Amino acid sequence: MPVDTAPVEVTGWGRTAPTTAARLVRPRSYEEVADAVLDCAADGARGGIARGLGRAYGDAAQNAGGCVLDMTGLDRVRTIDARAGVVVCDAGVSLHRLMEVLLPLGWFVPVTPGTRYVTVGGAIGADIHGKNHHGSGSFSRHVVSLDLLTSDGEVRTAPSGTDLFDATAGGMGLTGVILSATVRLLPVETSLMSVDTERATDLDDLMARLTATDHRYRYSVAWIDLLARGAAMGRSVLTRGDHAPLDALPARARREPLAFRPGRLPAAPGFVPEGLLGRGSVGLFNALWYHRAPRARRTGEIQKLSTFFHPLDGVPHWNRVYGRGGFVQYQFVVGYGQEEALRRIVGRISGRGCPSFLAVLKRFGDGDPGWLSFPVPGWTLALDIPAGLAGLDGFLDGLDEEVVAAGGRVYLAKDSRLRPDLLAAMYPRLADFRALRAEIDPRGVFTSDLSRRLSL
Amino acid sequence: MKDAFGTPQSLLVLGGTSEIALATARRLIARRTRTVWLAGRPSPALETAAAGLRALGAEVRTVAFDALDPCAHEEKLGKVFAEGDIDMVLLAFGVLGDQARDEEQPLSAVRIAQTNYTGAVSAGLVCAKALQGQGHGSLVVLSSVAGERARRANFIYGSSKAGLDAFAQGLGDALHGTGVHVMVVRPGFVRSKMTAGLPEAPLATTPEAVATAIETGLRRRSEVVWVPGELRAVMAALRHLPRPLFRRLPV
Repeated sequence: MPVDTAPVEVTGWGRTAPTTAARLVRPRSYEEVADAVLDCAADGARGGIARGLGRAYGDAAQNAGGCVLDMTGLDRVRTIDARAGVVVCDAGVSLHRLMEVLLPLGWFVPVTPGTRYVTVGGAIGADIHGKNHHGSGSFSRHVVSLDLLTSDGEVRTAPSGTDLFDATAGGMGLTGVILSATVRLLPVETSLMSVDTERATDLDDLMARLTATDHRYRYSVAWIDLLARGAAMGRSVLTRGDHAPLDALPARARREPLAFRPGRLPAAPGFVPEGLLGRGSVGLFNALWYHRAPRARRTGEIQKLSTFFHPLDGVPHWNRVYGRGGFVQYQFVVGYGQEEALRRIVGRISGRGCPSFLAVLKRFGDGDPGWLSFPVPGWTLALDIPAGLAGLDGFLDGLDEEVVAAGGRVYLAKDSRLRPDLLAAMYPRLADFRALRAEIDPRGVFTSDLSRRLSL
Repeated sequence: MKDAFGTPQSLLVLGGTSEIALATARRLIARRTRTVWLAGRPSPALETAAAGLRALGAEVRTVAFDALDPCAHEEKLGKVFAEGDIDMVLLAFGVLGDQARDEEQPLSAVRIAQTNYTGAVSAGLVCAKALQGQGHGSLVVLSSVAGERARRANFIYGSSKAGLDAFAQGLGDALHGTGVHVMVVRPGFVRSKMTAGLPEAPLATTPEAVATAIETGLRRRSEVVWVPGELRAVMAALRHLPRPLFRRLPV
């Protein structure tokens, strides 16, 4: 088995809190995964955790002193039912790869986050959501069944609706290693998007627009300028859309309506000076971005999939622009009816002047069945902040308290700093999750830095 | 585990009655630290220190540890690590001695060297190995500006800190890439019980200021921290001063 026996330093996408795994194993078959897991079990306390493409922002896919199973070698698309729109694939297959394979057949992944470079296993483990959550729910809502390798080396099939499935969807890889999944797909006529863009002048305007019209769009998201203060607080750009129907395409594009050719720019340089993304530069970017959007609504603009869903994927290693200190992403949700809490939090963020140029607000639809799944019906805001910002830790702790008081929660796939004692209040089914884990993995073979930090 | 800002959840203090260490522990407990081990010679002072931190809400345990008994380090500290991960070790023990007396009594000078240097080499290596096994953690070593250039007034203490400083730097290089971070802290004159009664040096600082600098250093993953920061420039100049001149300085 290809094993990198030298210790390997591992971080999340935010590049904070690096730790070193004693071993990195890259299994290429289910049998090799089973061997690796049994090795982890025999190893003792440090255990193992599966890792995909490393897009979790925090420490979910790192395991200090233990084993990390790089699952990207398990990358076979096993079967595609092109009539019913169902794919069976290995956990290490990326959504990018699925798009390459499925789009020409007229199918699309049911849910995609802001990057295509996540694996199917990671998508289930974090129970990711996308711009279509208000209508389509999270990724695992579209998973029919999954095969899970548990700590005893056995493979268990977990159909959706079972406890094992619900503990695994959003379970951050702690119930076992997902080997493969059966995913229901979304039919599309073209690989292009029809996009409406409009501006909202402030937070109330934005919430009103989203509330009134979100249901008309499959995909909906708002980018907020969190550095704008006073009357402009919460000014934002809404981009919403749907898969473009064939007849909406210009004649040239109709020749190859399902072509998938995402562009790619040069990678971010390996060294970026600290503090490049300060209040000045981000403020300038935000102002330009806001004013670039049309004052009146622009409708039916045809965009590439990659432009609409994954603009940052065009710049490999974009996480480097935050410099050596890395960055934290803060994403929380507060339920409908808690708009006042949302206003307060946005007010605190813009009042403090957090230089965040990636701040997005969207509405979640119904909650998902995963016990530790993040989405609940409500408003979710995500922002990136350089980790080196003075006093940021205490500031985010303060936001956590607002979130908890409003009955909300933060997203574990993005977390790198939550106070452990707030977790149970945020995730009411945590006790069930712990109980199931204790039952199927009594020795705690599946362990990550995240699980140690938060006592998951 | 440490969070994204480098704040540890568990802390082991070697030299559990050190004022700088306790100021640091208080600061970290106000953030994320929940478990603290205070290692030191069993004494009422150690228990008082533990009680003080407990009152802040941390779970505090004491462990008998004597820098002068390196034979026992592996066993005593091994027990601490066996109880669970330690995210940060603060090596804070050290004695200042009395220069005039120590020059007269070589054995008491040796005691300073054994505590500040030999004891730290032993405890530092034991902790480094355990941290390496964990794949993460910080080893914070309290050095001193006195180790940067030995001066007439306290060269016995200064030379022991010079040895410790060089040891810690080398250990940091050895551990680079293992997930373990070694940070050398070089405070100037710190107003504390150790320096009570001594004439205060310029740029004097407090245990709280050192604690703040340690927290910042953890966040930045610094390798060397000067407290106050200005000392870095001052010592760079002093270090290169020709000896005949240095000798005449009123330091």
